[in-house]
Amino acid sequence: MIETSALRCGYGKKEVLKGISLRIRQGEMAGVLGPNGSGKTTLLLALTGVVRSTSGTVRVAGEEIRDRKPNWIARQIASVPQRAEISFGFKCLSLVLMGRYPYMQGWGDYSPQDMEAALTAMEETRSTHLAHRMINEVSGGEAQIVVIARALAQQTPILLLDEATSNLDVARKLEVFDLLSEKNRKGMTLVCVMHDLNLAALYCPRLIFLKHGQVALDGPTEDIFNDRNLSEVYDTEIRVGAHPVTGSPQAHFVPRGRSRVTAGSLGPG
Amino acid sequence: MEKMTIDHTGREQIKARESRFRRRFHLALSGMVVAILISVFLAATYGRFDLSAAEVLRAIMAGLGLRSESATDSTSTVVVFHIRLSRIFLSSLVGLALAVAGVAFQGILRNPLADPFTLGVSTGAAFGASMAIFFGLGAEATLGIGLLPLASLAGAVTALVTVIALARVDGQLRRDSMVLAGIVVATFLAALISLLKSLDEESVSSIVFWVMGSFQGRGWSHVGFALPYTLVGLILVGAHAHELDLLTLGDTQARQLGVDVNRVRMRILLGASLLTAAAVSVSGVIGFVGLIVPHLVRITIGPEHRRLLVLSGLLGMILLTWSDVVARTALPAGEELPVGVVTALLGGPFFCLLLKSKKELRSLD
Repeated sequence: MIETSALRCGYGKKEVLKGISLRIRQGEMAGVLGPNGSGKTTLLLALTGVVRSTSGTVRVAGEEIRDRKPNWIARQIASVPQRAEISFGFKCLSLVLMGRYPYMQGWGDYSPQDMEAALTAMEETRSTHLAHRMINEVSGGEAQIVVIARALAQQTPILLLDEATSNLDVARKLEVFDLLSEKNRKGMTLVCVMHDLNLAALYCPRLIFLKHGQVALDGPTEDIFNDRNLSEVYDTEIRVGAHPVTGSPQAHFVPRGRSRVTAGSLGPG
Repeated sequence: MEKMTIDHTGREQIKARESRFRRRFHLALSGMVVAILISVFLAATYGRFDLSAAEVLRAIMAGLGLRSESATDSTSTVVVFHIRLSRIFLSSLVGLALAVAGVAFQGILRNPLADPFTLGVSTGAAFGASMAIFFGLGAEATLGIGLLPLASLAGAVTALVTVIALARVDGQLRRDSMVLAGIVVATFLAALISLLKSLDEESVSSIVFWVMGSFQGRGWSHVGFALPYTLVGLILVGAHAHELDLLTLGDTQARQLGVDVNRVRMRILLGASLLTAAAVSVSGVIGFVGLIVPHLVRITIGPEHRRLLVLSGLLGMILLTWSDVVARTALPAGEELPVGVVTALLGGPFFCLLLKSKKELRSLD
């Protein structure tokens, strides 16, 4: 579904991604993790053709992305950006309707089907009550939900999320990820850039760790989410334990001063 | 099951509210159209030559060929139809063009202070036109369409490109530096226009005309002159109303939502420059219309560009029609004010208010 091979790209002279090869199959839900500046956001921008590759390829649904028009790409991939910078005072409903732009034809306005799709997306994200509020007057978390609704209104087979729940409280975070899991079970392919390791381990069956613009780790969560791997990627001592209810691996961070080095655990170096 | 029903009523309520908004927009639209028709008629009753409303109506009918004129009517027909009405049409056309160009510039540059005047685009257009006249190309025409607007367009585009290049800091367009760059470019070009004028008294007509803008002595030929360019500009901008909405989200989001950002932006900038050029080539530099009108409309109906473009265009027509009425009747003894003076007197304080209104600016950061 999504395939990159030896993908290199960056901004100006600064190369951010240094040879990324990934294959994400249809119906996967993958979490992309890694320290700041490792290239997570750039990867998502490269997958949607916003940042052009300097070498290597990006293929979506078998088609090379640089050959396709933006509105074709927008019918394949919806994106939820990290910071939705929305300055003009659009109604939240108008913003969600913008997700229907790739389906518009000619000079007309949004069709009744577009309106239905937008309202369905708002119902799914439980944001209908925001429909006639101004996007620049709702809270940061509410705006994030509205942008997620816009991405769902795009009705694409692939959804990319960049820190999409960072401004949400715990309950809303889980609600959004429950919804995303459900979409995933129905066949949607999801790639979520996340900082919250534990949320990623709870919801994503596959994790991809980036570091210094390269893939550091890639595999099923239960195989790679362990003390050694996490500590190495983040250069910090991290212990992994089982989630008391689901059994998924969960990370526990050890404050630097409290690091008890015992046999079998990680020593310095 | 119960949740489903609640959701469904929510959906119907939202749709009902949307159609209420649509009805209200159509009401505003028809209100504006009626206001324009009344404006045209009322504006035609003002002037040096004292005519009653009935005489004006008769003269308009005669001018349109709907009524045969008697000998006594012919003077009033000339005054009303050929002098006043042509000016009213021209000021409407210019008001429409400048207001729509203002909406386009503000949307695409995500800058509430942008308008053809503050960006230096108008002065660029005036400079282009002055150059053409200076080199004796002012009267040239191809296929009956004057070339002056093309020279204006070249000036407008050059000024715009310069301003954008000056205002770009680390690849980011900054709002304050853009207006600053606009002022620098406009002042510089105004000085060049003065220079051209002093080099050749004969060919470059009144400098006040180019720098302050006026409809004095303009007629139907000027309407015909600016009309084709204005129409092309309106189509270029109007066809991309939805894209203007998406572009306010920034390039990245617009592209991820399917907008071919670079191509669309080029077309809209070209359209807005064409509108400015067409307006300036027949009326000189008229400031602030493209600033006041879009803001008043945006405050009332919100930022969606389809509606914003239509209502701003219509309000621009009304505003400039009446500004011109003031310009030609304010002074005693038949003297005329440049209409640019009237709009600047209205627009200057408005611009300051806008600059001061923290809420509006903060929301655009």
